[in-house]
Amino acid sequence: MPVIDASIFAEVLRWLPFVLWGFALNILMSALAIVVGTAAGTLLGLGQISILPTVRGASRIATQLFRNAPWLVLLFYCIFLMPYTVTAFGQTYNVPSWLRATIGFSVPVAANLSEIVRGAIGSVPKGQWEAAEALGYGRMAILFRIILPQCVTRMLPPWMNLYALLITATPLASIVGVEEALARTQAAIQSQGSSDLLIPMYLGLLLMFFLYAYPIARISNAFERRFRPV
Amino acid sequence: MIEDIQKFFIGLKASGINLTIFYDAFDFERFVSGLLTTCELVLICTLFSVLIGGFGAAVLTLSRGPAARIVQAYVALFRNTPLLVQMYFFFFAIGSLMPTARNGIGLPVPMIENFTWAVIALSLYAGAFNVETFRAGLGAVHNSYEEAALALGYSRRQAFRYVLVPLGLRFSFASLANNLVDLTKSTTVAYAIGVAELLYVSNQIWSDSLNTFEMMNVMLAIYLILTGIVVWLIARLQAAMRLPGFGAS
Repeated sequence: MPVIDASIFAEVLRWLPFVLWGFALNILMSALAIVVGTAAGTLLGLGQISILPTVRGASRIATQLFRNAPWLVLLFYCIFLMPYTVTAFGQTYNVPSWLRATIGFSVPVAANLSEIVRGAIGSVPKGQWEAAEALGYGRMAILFRIILPQCVTRMLPPWMNLYALLITATPLASIVGVEEALARTQAAIQSQGSSDLLIPMYLGLLLMFFLYAYPIARISNAFERRFRPV
Repeated sequence: MIEDIQKFFIGLKASGINLTIFYDAFDFERFVSGLLTTCELVLICTLFSVLIGGFGAAVLTLSRGPAARIVQAYVALFRNTPLLVQMYFFFFAIGSLMPTARNGIGLPVPMIENFTWAVIALSLYAGAFNVETFRAGLGAVHNSYEEAALALGYSRRQAFRYVLVPLGLRFSFASLANNLVDLTKSTTVAYAIGVAELLYVSNQIWSDSLNTFEMMNVMLAIYLILTGIVVWLIARLQAAMRLPGFGAS
């Protein structure tokens, strides 16, 4: 086993800014994907409890389809099958691969969130619907003014867990050529050309993700205990 | 019969849907071998991850000392870091330290090949999730059961083995099914270290036959079927082990 001496430590430190900039892209992709995924997933989740059978059926199928598909397969879908350029207002824009990967991550996030929304709405006692109806509230008013406000705290812990899952999924983008932290780590090791760096560099990368994701998991657990319905 | 199927899919090709795997013997064989590799990965990793999960949960439940600390650290580390980076760490970093053997024509080949590394990485990753699942299942068994067992003269270890585990296992099934579905989906990550599983061979096929869209849809359908089978099997197991009057289902 190679001895980890000061010179290797210095090498790792030298590459740290380079990898950290890649990690910033991981954070950017995860932030965009959780925003898009949450918006789409909320709509999909509400669609699952719609009283219109077609909307309900379509939402259920979409949710199950994208929830049970591997993230990497959905990523490939978006990378290969999405247009490379978009024309808007008479100008043509290139869609960079990191953006297409971000959309690829949004799809499973939306499907998972859809189930979280459906579960949270289902966990509110049915009596509240009936009581509100007896008080003359319409279906939309019950949903948005009585049921959903109670769902927010119930959805927060699973939503944070989903985000932690998302950030640890973002290195998959390196497989389809996005230059994020993992791709940069590999590039650094390759340009250094010595196998002594392999273990410290990968350990550093693991530590980077751990320091970011572990606090989220802890806070999520704390919330879960705090908001546990009695 | 087989010729009819081939004819049908060749006809389908004329209408724009090119499913080479149903009429081209070479693509068909590649596809089946990839599917089998995926199934192998799922089965082997399920076995090891359940063993790791059971062992870890037993340590967490029975001990408060350094052993429990180690298990907690293992769970926290593997759950909060990317599976892909773990797999690269095992395959490239740890793999570079492993001895190599020489093959028939004298070229160096690693003693531990990529399939084995994928099994190790996937089992440890899914195992960390299973530790939590089984620990929560054991935690869901009401204290009075253990107290009753102790009052009947069971030792703590016996109470764990004969009372806590059989009951806790039954509380774990829903969460376990979830973990094993995730494991099935995660086997695609082995693609990254060159294990010729379903995604890998599908990629080869669509590179050769230029039928990306068709192969992607086939792949999606196969994964839905595989996860469906996993859920169904766990539900069957759960039904077979059901105790009347105990638990939710």
